[in-house]
Parts: sequence; structure tokens; C-alpha cells
Amino acid sequence: MESLDLHKITVRELNQYLHKELPSKNGVKKLEILNPDGMHSIAAGMDAPVDIDIKGHGGYYVGGMNKHANITVHGNVGWGVAENMMSGTVRVKGFASSAAGATGRGGTLIIEGDTSLRCGISMKGIDIVVGGSIGNFSGFMAQAGRMVICGDAGDGLGDSMYEAVFYVRGKIKSLGADAQEEPMTDADYAAVQELLDRAGFKHSPKEFKRVAGAKKLYNWNADANQEY
Amino acid sequence: MCGIVGLLVKNQKMRADIGKLMLPMLIGMTERGPDSAGLAIFGDKVADNERKFCLYTPDLVFDWQKLERDFAAHFGTKDKVEQNANHVILKTTVAPDSVKEWLKEAYPRLSLLCVGQLMDMYKDTGTPAQVAARYGFQNLSGSHLVGHTRMATESAVTPAHAHPFTAGEDWCLVHNGSLSNPNSIRRMLEHEGIAFETDNDTEAACRFLEWRMREGDDLKTALNKGFDELDGFFTLLMGTKDQLALVRDPFACKPAIVAEHDDYVAIASEYRSLAHLPDVKNANLYEPMPEELYIWKV
Repeated sequence: MESLDLHKITVRELNQYLHKELPSKNGVKKLEILNPDGMHSIAAGMDAPVDIDIKGHGGYYVGGMNKHANITVHGNVGWGVAENMMSGTVRVKGFASSAAGATGRGGTLIIEGDTSLRCGISMKGIDIVVGGSIGNFSGFMAQAGRMVICGDAGDGLGDSMYEAVFYVRGKIKSLGADAQEEPMTDADYAAVQELLDRAGFKHSPKEFKRVAGAKKLYNWNADANQEY
Repeated sequence: MCGIVGLLVKNQKMRADIGKLMLPMLIGMTERGPDSAGLAIFGDKVADNERKFCLYTPDLVFDWQKLERDFAAHFGTKDKVEQNANHVILKTTVAPDSVKEWLKEAYPRLSLLCVGQLMDMYKDTGTPAQVAARYGFQNLSGSHLVGHTRMATESAVTPAHAHPFTAGEDWCLVHNGSLSNPNSIRRMLEHEGIAFETDNDTEAACRFLEWRMREGDDLKTALNKGFDELDGFFTLLMGTKDQLALVRDPFACKPAIVAEHDDYVAIASEYRSLAHLPDVKNANLYEPMPEELYIWKV
């Protein structure tokens, strides 16, 4: 297995290698990144089907824009982990700071610990599974994709959300404008089970409730008197 | 954008090296704040009847010995000054108001950075590494400190606009964020007879909180009033004679991370400023919640 040490090379050198040299190197299926030390943009912009283990805490935008790669962070991450991810998987063994999975279009983001505020903000098709709890204003303007929250959700969950669907196991401090709890269907239970299996979390889908947009904000309502 | 760092050393043996421990923290925040840097450190206490005055000169060459002689001649004392690059620390038993009045008249170009019994303050323009080298931050000793790296977004880049800000004695504050109503806070406080030294938004927050505490509020009550009055984004880190305190705005718009270890408590905007700390892998790492007050005692 290849090993790249961020005490010896810069993040720019690392990412240039991952972007330019790695895809043409047949045979490298797995590599590890040592001493991430909270540096930003580690393994951002991946476009190769490779397993990457980051041995420590990452900074901002770890695995941002990821395509195809399977990235595991053996620690915590800063803001914007897997932001705008297209495909592949990013797994965080610790906690993630704000805006985890923001604007993500595809792939799976798994956070084993808690995440901070604005998780899944403006998500557009990504699947996010959080083992712990998520902070305030998560899923704001979430357009598509699914988010499974095994712990609690903070204030304003799913404010102004579109077609995304959230499944929450714990308490919801408050729902945002237009977000509502809805009955779980068999398709929902199956979806939760599939996402929990992907993440390796052992909960019963029966413990989850569904949150989705009531779709009352889709059209301008002149009678709403600015009250939503 | 700005970077904040704080370090409180619980292990007595490590206090002599607090400067060395802190230096990579401050330099780690260079990308968040490359234009100025500052530090307030709480070290040895002066005698009960004494005060430390931290002074800054904008002049490249300044005759500090003359200041020492003039001060001694005026007040009839034998107080000495300790010079460190553009800073000097004057320890004296003369009443603070008299010292301030004399300084203003005799040495109008000098800025008074802080007054207190424990706290020394340094702030200047330049990268964190340049400022740290200029004032020998790696040699500092003490129990706790508060540091800041600045990327100015709302007022000028000068030593006076750099953080920390202080008001009163042995109390300081650094700020990452921006306030949207500093001018209305300033107008309100000016009616209370409070004078401002700069047009910096953080100074408004600093003087508001110090005013509330002078009026009898404890830190928690003062901060709760701050939540009502201060509009904008802030992660605030405060240092007092025996504690560090941290608070984030209700939207947690600005980052912060804490490492609590048996030997120390370290606070920074980002983990990359904590990564070098000894045995940090065994520290309890967490993100402070919005609108909650965190206090660590020395």
C-alpha cells in the first residue's frame, strides 16, 4: 500500500499526485495519508476509484467534490467535508464540523460521530448517514437526496427543503419552515435499512421518523402575508 | 476572517514554556489572519500596590531610557521600564489615572495597550511569525494566554486595530467575526461616558462587556446581555486574571475547537493550530456549541 506523509509533502503536491499521476498508475487500489494535522482540502477533487485512508484529523473540505474514491478519515474533520461530492464514499470516524456534505450531488457521506451546524445544506442528491446528532439549520434548502440521523437534530431542520427526505431517530429540536413529519411507508423503512447497512450502524428502521417538505413554498402565495 | 488561539496551562512545570507551546498555534492561524497578530499573556503578578503598563511606540527608534528618567523625575519614583522591540512594560505604584494623564501629555505618540497586575499585551502589524519574532513570543512564560491573527475586513490595519482589545484591568478579548451594529453600541456607550480608541467593531464589543461587568454583572450575565445587543458573527475568546472564556454567536458562523488535556486546555479556530500540542491525541476534542458560555479556570 502506498503511503503519503503530509509532514514530507504539501497538500498541493499530494492532490496533484492524486489527480494527475494516480489515475494513470494501474494497480494502486489503496493508499494512506499520514499526518493530516487538520490541513485543508486533503484528497479534494478525487476522480479515481481508489481507497484512501487519512490517518488523523482533517481540516476543511476533506474529500470535497469527490468522484469514485472511497475515503476514510480516521479522526475528525473541519468544515465542508465531502462538499459537492459527486459519487463514491467519504466516511468520518470522528465528528464533522459545519456544512458537512453541503451541496453534495451523489455518493455517500457517513459520519460516525456528531456533526455541527448546517449539515447537508442545499444537498442535491447525496446520501448522508450520521451516527450521532446534527446541529442547527441542517438540511436548509435540501433539494434531493436522503439524510439519516441516528441521534438528535437541532433547530430549524429542513428549513425550505425541496425534494430531499430526512429520517431522524432521536429528538428534533424544531423543524424549519415548510418541513413536516410524515408517516413512514414500507419504502421508507427499506431506504433507512439500506442506508444503515451501508454505514454499518445497528438500529431498527422502526425507530426513525420521516421529515420532508410540505411543498407549500413552491408557489408564491399572496395571502400568506409574509408568514411562513 | 481571523484566527484565535487560547492556551491555559494546568501543569505548573509547563508554564515556563507556554510561549513555545503557543507559537505554532499562532503561526498555524496565519492563513486566517496574515496582516496583524497579538497576544495577551497572564504571568507573574506584580506587588499588590503596583500596576503594569504596556506601552507601544510607532517610532522605529525611541529613547525608552528618557521615558524612564522623565517618569522618575515627574513622580519622584525609581520605576524601571523593560523594553521589548516597540513595546515597553512600566511597573509602578503611581495611580493609573495619574500615569495615563501624564503619558497623554508628555508622550502623546505612545499608545497604552493595557494596564493590570498580571496581563502583558503585544500587538502589531505583520504576519504572526514576524510579530512573534519581533517580540520573542517563544520566550514568554505564564499560566494562560489569548492570541489573535487578523485579516481586516472592517477597519484599518494598524497596531491599535489589532487584537486583543482590553478595557479595565487584566481583562482582554479577541474576536473572529464581524459585528453589524458596532456604531449603535458605540453611541450607546459614549452616552455612558465611555471613550473609544479606534473605529474597530471588536472594541465596541469589548467596551460593552467591560461596562456591563463594571456595572456589576458577572461574565455570564454580561454575555447574555451581549447576545441581545451585539448583532453579527462572533467567536469571542476572553482572558481574565484566572480564567479563559469562550462564546460563539447563535449561528456559530465562526469556527472554534477545544482540546482539553490533563496538562492544558487549548482553544483555536481550527484543529491545525492544535495538531502539534504534546499528547494531543489523548485530549478531549470538541466543538463549542453556539450561544453557550465555556469557562476554564487556571
